[in-house]
Amino acid sequence: MDLILLAISAIFVNNILLAQYLGNCPFLGVSKKLSTSLGMGVAVIFVATLASIFTWLVYHYVLVPLELKYIQTLIFILIIASLVQFVEIFLKKFSKALYNALGIYLPLITTNCAVMGIALLNIKHEFGFWEMVVFSISSAAGFTLAILLFASIRERLFISHVPQFMKGSAIALVTAGIMSLSFMGFSGMVN
Amino acid sequence: MSRFLSVLVHGFWKDLPPFRLVLGLCPALAVTASANNGMGMGLSVTFVLIFSNLTISLLRNIIPDKVRIASYIVIIATLVVLVEMLLQAYFFGLSQQLGIYIPLIVVNCIILGRAEAFASRNPAFLSAVDGFSVGLGFTLSLTVVGSIREILGTGTWFGIPLTGPDFEPFAFMVKAPGAFICLGLILGLMNAYGRWRGENIIQ
Repeated sequence: MDLILLAISAIFVNNILLAQYLGNCPFLGVSKKLSTSLGMGVAVIFVATLASIFTWLVYHYVLVPLELKYIQTLIFILIIASLVQFVEIFLKKFSKALYNALGIYLPLITTNCAVMGIALLNIKHEFGFWEMVVFSISSAAGFTLAILLFASIRERLFISHVPQFMKGSAIALVTAGIMSLSFMGFSGMVN
Repeated sequence: MSRFLSVLVHGFWKDLPPFRLVLGLCPALAVTASANNGMGMGLSVTFVLIFSNLTISLLRNIIPDKVRIASYIVIIATLVVLVEMLLQAYFFGLSQQLGIYIPLIVVNCIILGRAEAFASRNPAFLSAVDGFSVGLGFTLSLTVVGSIREILGTGTWFGIPLTGPDFEPFAFMVKAPGAFICLGLILGLMNAYGRWRGENIIQ
């Protein structure tokens, strides 16, 4: 039951993009078309979950016993970067279709703050293993939900009459603000 | 000499992050609920930026091209760990407020962007100047956004009460939606000003 609440709160109430401000560069960068944002979203779910599991295990079974907590930032980014590289090579070798669909998004994910952010939040909230898995998957799913909704709005925005100086990123940010406002309405769901 | 001057000032308008270079939005949105936090984050990024640009520029002929991004990330991450420790030691309150956004400086695209676009092909001193310029530009932007949000959202500026008791602060500004809308409007205004000066609009 707690895990379900955790999932709902991570997807809607504390949406990683709209409430915690993580992952905004890809949010604005690749949300111009629905299909590309779906690719990005799936890639983020995949990498964020794997990265969280690895960083959580390394943190609890290597860094804590060795009292090396202070270099967690360095270790985490190395794990994420090498994981992304590994996933890329693995997909290229074993699943050509998936590689063609996700390939171009993978290098971008290394510098996606959502992935690193989820890994850090797992440690900050002191989650156990299953809580961590649920939290990572649902946070990344929240990212995908937000970026998909946003891409559909942006496709419409493209053909609407926006004042010249507000075109592009400016109106996109204002739109994201209004979306964030509506997501705040979920905050009554979980106390 | 003219090259030096143009590098020194380009971060303040031409490549002003996060507005003109639409990079590094996460910290710009996340920590600007108050002017103080915005400035703290900006200065931390400036510190990392100056030293990462300097180090990468000094090592630019040694780092093999194929693993350059990974090497840059290691250099940046080391500096970020350093900043984390310095903040914890000397500015404990600020480090608590900025929370996970301090380690997230590692994935701030501005730093990697400057390393790739500038430090990897320019001499050390000029790269450090570039880091200083872009970093201070970022600090300036974050402080301005933080001031606007703090004044409108809580009626204070750097913690000093500014508006009288008659002013009802709109709490919306210090929450997430306020951050997005505030940044979007500033970006729009800067585009309008840039267009009035006859420059290309950043989209």
